[in-house]
Amino acid sequence: MKHALPALIVALAALLGVALAAALLDLPPHAVRLPGDVAANLAASGVAHPITAVLLNFRGYDTLLEIAVLLLALFGVLALVKPHAATPAVPAHPLLQTLAKLLAPLMVLVAGYLLWVGAIAPGGAFQAGAVLAAAGVLLRLAGLLPAWAAPGLLLRAGLALGLLVFVAVAVAVLGHATLLTYPPALAGGLILLIEAALTLSIGLTLAALYLASTEVRP
Amino acid sequence: MSVGLLYALAGAALFAIGLAGLLALPHLLRKILAFNILGSGAFLILVGLGQRDGSVDPVPQAMVLTGIVVAIAATALALALARQLLERTGRMRLPEDRDDAEVDDA
Repeated sequence: MKHALPALIVALAALLGVALAAALLDLPPHAVRLPGDVAANLAASGVAHPITAVLLNFRGYDTLLEIAVLLLALFGVLALVKPHAATPAVPAHPLLQTLAKLLAPLMVLVAGYLLWVGAIAPGGAFQAGAVLAAAGVLLRLAGLLPAWAAPGLLLRAGLALGLLVFVAVAVAVLGHATLLTYPPALAGGLILLIEAALTLSIGLTLAALYLASTEVRP
Repeated sequence: MSVGLLYALAGAALFAIGLAGLLALPHLLRKILAFNILGSGAFLILVGLGQRDGSVDPVPQAMVLTGIVVAIAATALALALARQLLERTGRMRLPEDRDDAEVDDA
Protein backbone atom coordinates (compact mmCIF):
# COMPACT_ATOMS: atom_id res chain seq x y z
CA MET A 1 0.00 0.00 0.00
CA LYS A 2 2.88 2.35 0.89
CA HIS A 3 4.36 1.95 -2.60
CA ALA A 4 1.05 2.31 -4.45
CA LEU A 5 1.26 6.09 -4.85
CA PRO A 6 4.86 6.23 -6.24
CA ALA A 7 4.00 3.42 -8.66
CA LEU A 8 0.92 5.34 -9.83
CA ILE A 9 3.00 8.52 -10.27
CA VAL A 10 5.64 6.67 -12.31
CA ALA A 11 2.94 5.08 -14.48
CA LEU A 12 1.25 8.43 -15.12
CA ALA A 13 4.57 10.14 -15.87
CA ALA A 14 5.47 7.36 -18.32
CA LEU A 15 2.06 7.83 -19.97
CA LEU A 16 2.74 11.57 -20.26
CA GLY A 17 6.17 10.85 -21.76
CA VAL A 18 4.64 8.59 -24.39
CA ALA A 19 1.96 11.19 -25.16
CA LEU A 20 4.66 13.89 -25.47
CA ALA A 21 6.73 11.69 -27.82
CA ALA A 22 3.62 10.99 -29.93
CA ALA A 23 2.89 14.73 -30.10
CA LEU A 24 6.50 15.45 -31.14
CA LEU A 25 6.35 12.83 -33.89
CA ASP A 26 3.02 14.21 -35.07
CA LEU A 27 4.16 17.85 -35.31
CA PRO A 28 3.53 19.55 -38.65
CA PRO A 29 6.51 21.18 -40.41
CA HIS A 30 7.56 24.65 -39.22
CA ALA A 31 4.75 27.16 -39.71
CA VAL A 32 7.09 30.12 -39.18
CA ARG A 33 10.59 30.31 -40.66
CA LEU A 34 12.47 32.07 -37.88
CA PRO A 35 16.01 31.17 -39.08
CA GLY A 36 15.26 32.99 -42.34
CA ASP A 37 14.07 36.10 -40.47
CA VAL A 38 17.15 36.03 -38.26
CA ALA A 39 19.49 35.66 -41.26
CA ALA A 40 17.71 38.45 -43.14
CA ASN A 41 18.08 40.92 -40.24
CA LEU A 42 21.52 39.80 -39.04
CA ALA A 43 23.33 42.58 -40.92
CA ALA A 44 21.33 45.25 -39.03
CA SER A 45 21.76 43.63 -35.60
CA GLY A 46 25.27 44.90 -34.88
CA VAL A 47 26.75 41.41 -34.40
CA ALA A 48 27.60 38.62 -36.83
CA HIS A 49 26.57 35.60 -34.73
CA PRO A 50 22.86 34.70 -34.94
CA ILE A 51 22.47 33.47 -31.34
CA THR A 52 24.05 36.63 -29.90
CA ALA A 53 21.85 38.69 -32.23
CA VAL A 54 18.72 36.91 -30.90
CA LEU A 55 19.82 37.19 -27.27
CA LEU A 56 20.87 40.84 -27.21
CA ASN A 57 18.93 42.41 -30.06
CA PHE A 58 15.87 40.61 -31.47
CA ARG A 59 14.72 39.30 -28.09
CA GLY A 60 16.73 41.56 -25.82
CA TYR A 61 13.94 41.81 -23.25
CA ASP A 62 14.29 38.08 -22.49
CA THR A 63 17.89 38.69 -21.51
CA LEU A 64 16.92 41.82 -19.57
CA LEU A 65 14.38 39.87 -17.53
CA GLU A 66 16.83 37.01 -17.12
CA ILE A 67 19.48 39.14 -15.41
CA ALA A 68 16.69 40.52 -13.20
CA VAL A 69 15.65 36.95 -12.26
CA LEU A 70 19.28 36.10 -11.49
CA LEU A 71 19.53 39.11 -9.18
CA LEU A 72 16.20 38.22 -7.50
CA ALA A 73 17.39 34.67 -6.82
CA LEU A 74 20.51 36.09 -5.20
CA PHE A 75 18.36 38.38 -3.03
CA GLY A 76 16.45 35.29 -1.93
CA VAL A 77 19.64 33.41 -1.07
CA LEU A 78 21.10 36.42 0.77
CA ALA A 79 17.88 36.78 2.76
CA LEU A 80 18.18 33.14 3.87
CA VAL A 81 21.81 33.03 5.01
CA LYS A 82 22.71 34.53 8.34
CA PRO A 83 25.53 37.09 7.91
CA HIS A 84 27.19 36.14 11.19
CA ALA A 85 27.14 32.49 10.18
CA ALA A 86 29.64 33.16 7.39
CA THR A 87 33.07 31.94 8.32
CA PRO A 88 36.35 33.34 6.99
CA ALA A 89 38.20 31.31 4.41
CA VAL A 90 40.05 28.28 5.72
CA PRO A 91 43.29 27.81 3.76
CA ALA A 92 43.24 24.64 1.68
CA HIS A 93 46.14 22.44 0.56
CA PRO A 94 49.08 24.59 -0.69
CA LEU A 95 49.03 22.80 -4.05
CA LEU A 96 45.36 23.70 -4.59
CA GLN A 97 46.06 27.29 -3.55
CA THR A 98 48.95 27.63 -6.01
CA LEU A 99 46.91 26.05 -8.80
CA ALA A 100 43.96 28.34 -8.11
CA LYS A 101 46.25 31.39 -8.11
CA LEU A 102 47.64 30.31 -11.48
CA LEU A 103 44.28 29.44 -13.01
CA ALA A 104 42.18 32.41 -11.85
CA PRO A 105 43.94 35.04 -14.04
CA LEU A 106 43.78 32.66 -17.02
CA MET A 107 40.04 32.18 -16.43
CA VAL A 108 39.53 35.95 -16.39
CA LEU A 109 41.43 36.07 -19.70
CA VAL A 110 39.22 33.30 -21.17
CA ALA A 111 36.12 35.18 -19.97
CA GLY A 112 37.32 38.31 -21.75
CA TYR A 113 37.95 36.31 -24.93
CA LEU A 114 34.52 34.65 -24.79
CA LEU A 115 32.87 38.05 -24.32
CA TRP A 116 34.68 39.50 -27.35
CA VAL A 117 34.25 36.49 -29.63
CA GLY A 118 30.50 36.35 -28.90
CA ALA A 119 29.92 38.89 -31.67
CA ILE A 120 31.11 36.51 -34.40
CA ALA A 121 31.16 32.97 -32.94
CA PRO A 122 29.70 30.92 -30.07
CA GLY A 123 30.38 32.83 -26.86
CA GLY A 124 28.99 35.90 -25.19
CA ALA A 125 28.09 37.29 -21.80
CA PHE A 126 26.66 34.11 -20.27
CA GLN A 127 29.51 31.84 -21.18
CA ALA A 128 32.03 34.47 -20.09
CA GLY A 129 30.12 35.07 -16.85
CA ALA A 130 30.00 31.35 -16.12
CA VAL A 131 33.81 31.12 -16.50
CA LEU A 132 34.23 34.12 -14.19
CA ALA A 133 31.93 32.49 -11.64
CA ALA A 134 33.90 29.24 -11.87
CA ALA A 135 37.06 31.22 -11.07
CA GLY A 136 35.32 32.65 -8.00
CA VAL A 137 34.17 29.22 -6.81
CA LEU A 138 37.67 27.80 -7.39
CA LEU A 139 39.23 30.59 -5.30
CA ARG A 140 36.67 29.96 -2.56
CA LEU A 141 37.38 26.22 -2.56
CA ALA A 142 41.09 26.96 -2.32
CA GLY A 143 40.38 29.09 0.74
CA LEU A 144 41.51 32.32 -0.91
CA LEU A 145 38.15 34.14 -0.82
CA PRO A 146 35.95 34.79 2.21
CA ALA A 147 32.21 34.01 2.10
CA TRP A 148 30.00 36.73 0.63
CA ALA A 149 27.09 36.46 3.05
CA ALA A 150 27.13 40.24 3.58
CA PRO A 151 28.31 41.84 0.31
CA GLY A 152 29.98 45.23 0.65
CA LEU A 153 29.06 48.32 -1.35
CA LEU A 154 31.52 47.65 -4.20
CA LEU A 155 30.36 44.05 -4.59
CA ARG A 156 26.71 45.08 -4.52
CA ALA A 157 27.41 47.69 -7.21
CA GLY A 158 29.06 45.00 -9.36
CA LEU A 159 26.10 42.65 -8.87
CA ALA A 160 23.61 45.32 -9.98
CA LEU A 161 25.74 46.84 -12.77
CA GLY A 162 24.52 44.49 -15.54
CA LEU A 163 20.84 45.14 -14.90
CA LEU A 164 21.39 48.90 -14.43
CA VAL A 165 23.39 49.29 -17.67
CA PHE A 166 20.84 47.18 -19.56
CA VAL A 167 17.91 49.26 -18.27
CA ALA A 168 19.80 52.50 -18.93
CA VAL A 169 20.44 51.49 -22.56
CA ALA A 170 16.82 50.35 -22.92
CA VAL A 171 15.58 53.74 -21.67
CA ALA A 172 18.10 55.64 -23.81
CA VAL A 173 16.98 53.98 -27.06
CA LEU A 174 13.27 54.04 -26.17
CA GLY A 175 12.79 57.22 -28.22
CA HIS A 176 14.22 55.49 -31.30
CA ALA A 177 11.52 52.83 -31.74
CA THR A 178 10.01 50.03 -29.66
CA LEU A 179 11.63 48.56 -26.54
CA LEU A 180 15.29 47.59 -27.03
CA THR A 181 15.38 48.38 -30.75
CA TYR A 182 18.86 49.82 -31.18
CA PRO A 183 19.77 52.29 -33.92
CA PRO A 184 21.63 50.04 -36.42
CA ALA A 185 24.70 52.30 -36.49
CA LEU A 186 25.15 52.07 -32.70
CA ALA A 187 23.92 48.48 -32.22
CA GLY A 188 27.36 46.82 -32.18
CA GLY A 189 28.77 49.21 -29.58
CA LEU A 190 25.66 49.12 -27.39
CA ILE A 191 25.55 45.32 -27.43
CA LEU A 192 29.23 45.14 -26.46
CA LEU A 193 28.62 47.65 -23.63
CA ILE A 194 25.64 45.64 -22.32
CA GLU A 195 27.51 42.35 -22.66
CA ALA A 196 30.55 43.65 -20.80
CA ALA A 197 28.38 44.80 -17.88
CA LEU A 198 26.36 41.56 -18.03
CA THR A 199 29.53 39.43 -17.97
CA LEU A 200 30.73 41.10 -14.78
CA SER A 201 27.32 40.90 -13.08
CA ILE A 202 26.52 37.34 -14.18
CA GLY A 203 29.95 36.17 -13.05
CA LEU A 204 29.59 37.88 -9.68
CA THR A 205 25.97 36.74 -9.20
CA LEU A 206 26.62 33.09 -10.06
CA ALA A 207 29.71 33.11 -7.83
CA ALA A 208 27.75 34.84 -5.06
CA LEU A 209 24.98 32.22 -5.23
CA TYR A 210 27.68 29.76 -4.15
CA LEU A 211 29.86 32.00 -2.00
CA ALA A 212 26.99 33.53 -0.05
CA SER A 213 25.76 30.22 1.27
CA THR A 214 28.91 28.19 1.87
CA GLU A 215 30.43 27.76 5.23
CA VAL A 216 33.64 25.81 5.37
CA ARG A 217 33.10 23.24 8.07
CA PRO A 218 36.26 21.89 9.68
CA MET B 1 13.81 10.43 -38.44
CA SER B 2 16.32 13.26 -38.09
CA VAL B 3 18.88 13.56 -35.29
CA GLY B 4 17.08 16.66 -34.03
CA LEU B 5 13.84 14.73 -33.59
CA LEU B 6 15.75 12.01 -31.74
CA TYR B 7 17.03 14.67 -29.31
CA ALA B 8 13.48 15.93 -28.83
CA LEU B 9 12.23 12.39 -28.08
CA ALA B 10 15.05 11.90 -25.55
CA GLY B 11 13.98 15.24 -24.07
CA ALA B 12 10.40 13.95 -23.69
CA ALA B 13 11.74 10.87 -21.86
CA LEU B 14 13.89 13.05 -19.55
CA PHE B 15 10.89 15.29 -18.89
CA ALA B 16 8.77 12.28 -17.81
CA ILE B 17 11.59 10.88 -15.64
CA GLY B 18 12.12 14.26 -13.99
CA LEU B 19 8.40 14.76 -13.38
CA ALA B 20 8.04 11.33 -11.79
CA GLY B 21 11.07 12.00 -9.57
CA LEU B 22 9.82 15.44 -8.57
CA LEU B 23 6.46 14.02 -7.46
CA ALA B 24 7.44 10.63 -6.08
CA LEU B 25 10.74 11.20 -4.24
CA PRO B 26 10.40 12.64 -0.74
CA HIS B 27 14.03 13.76 -0.20
CA LEU B 28 14.38 17.44 -1.13
CA LEU B 29 17.81 17.10 -2.75
CA ARG B 30 16.38 14.39 -5.02
CA LYS B 31 13.41 16.63 -5.80
CA ILE B 32 15.76 19.47 -6.81
CA LEU B 33 17.82 17.10 -8.98
CA ALA B 34 14.63 15.74 -10.57
CA PHE B 35 13.48 19.32 -11.24
CA ASN B 36 16.76 19.91 -13.10
CA ILE B 37 16.33 16.72 -15.14
CA LEU B 38 12.80 17.84 -16.02
CA GLY B 39 14.15 21.22 -17.11
CA SER B 40 16.93 19.64 -19.17
CA GLY B 41 14.27 17.55 -20.92
CA ALA B 42 12.36 20.73 -21.85
CA PHE B 43 15.59 22.32 -23.14
CA LEU B 44 16.41 19.22 -25.19
CA ILE B 45 12.92 19.26 -26.75
CA LEU B 46 13.30 22.94 -27.69
CA VAL B 47 16.78 22.57 -29.20
CA GLY B 48 15.96 19.26 -30.86
CA LEU B 49 12.79 20.58 -32.51
CA GLY B 50 14.74 23.66 -33.61
CA GLN B 51 17.02 21.54 -35.78
CA ARG B 52 14.79 18.66 -36.81
CA ASP B 53 14.90 19.66 -40.50
CA GLY B 54 18.71 19.75 -40.51
CA SER B 55 19.28 23.50 -40.26
CA VAL B 56 19.94 25.08 -36.85
CA ASP B 57 17.38 27.59 -35.60
CA PRO B 58 19.15 30.20 -33.43
CA VAL B 59 15.96 31.34 -31.66
CA PRO B 60 15.35 28.22 -29.51
CA GLN B 61 19.09 28.02 -28.82
CA ALA B 62 19.00 31.56 -27.40
CA MET B 63 15.83 30.73 -25.42
CA VAL B 64 17.49 27.64 -23.95
CA LEU B 65 20.60 29.62 -23.03
CA THR B 66 18.34 32.02 -21.12
CA GLY B 67 16.50 29.08 -19.57
CA ILE B 68 19.71 27.42 -18.37
CA VAL B 69 20.74 30.52 -16.44
CA VAL B 70 17.27 30.87 -14.89
CA ALA B 71 17.34 27.16 -13.95
CA ILE B 72 20.72 27.66 -12.23
CA ALA B 73 19.32 30.61 -10.26
CA ALA B 74 16.20 28.65 -9.29
CA THR B 75 18.32 25.65 -8.24
CA ALA B 76 20.55 27.83 -6.06
CA LEU B 77 17.51 29.37 -4.36
CA ALA B 78 15.92 25.94 -3.88
CA LEU B 79 19.14 24.60 -2.32
CA ALA B 80 19.33 27.58 0.04
CA LEU B 81 15.69 27.00 1.07
CA ALA B 82 16.27 23.26 1.55
CA ARG B 83 19.30 23.99 3.70
CA GLN B 84 17.31 26.44 5.79
CA LEU B 85 14.67 23.72 6.31
CA LEU B 86 17.41 21.26 7.33
CA GLU B 87 18.81 23.71 9.88
CA ARG B 88 15.38 24.47 11.34
CA THR B 89 13.80 21.00 11.40
CA GLY B 90 16.74 18.63 10.93
CA ARG B 91 14.91 16.95 8.04
CA MET B 92 15.39 17.11 4.28
CA ARG B 93 11.76 16.50 3.43
CA LEU B 94 8.64 18.60 3.37
CA PRO B 95 6.29 18.30 6.34
CA GLU B 96 3.49 15.84 5.53
CA ASP B 97 0.08 15.28 7.04
CA ARG B 98 0.13 14.06 10.62
CA ASP B 99 -0.68 10.45 9.69
CA ASP B 100 2.07 10.25 7.13
CA ALA B 101 4.62 11.79 9.50
CA GLU B 102 3.90 9.09 12.08
CA VAL B 103 4.29 6.39 9.45
CA ASP B 104 7.63 7.89 8.41
CA ASP B 105 8.92 8.04 11.95
CA ALA B 106 7.86 4.49 12.75
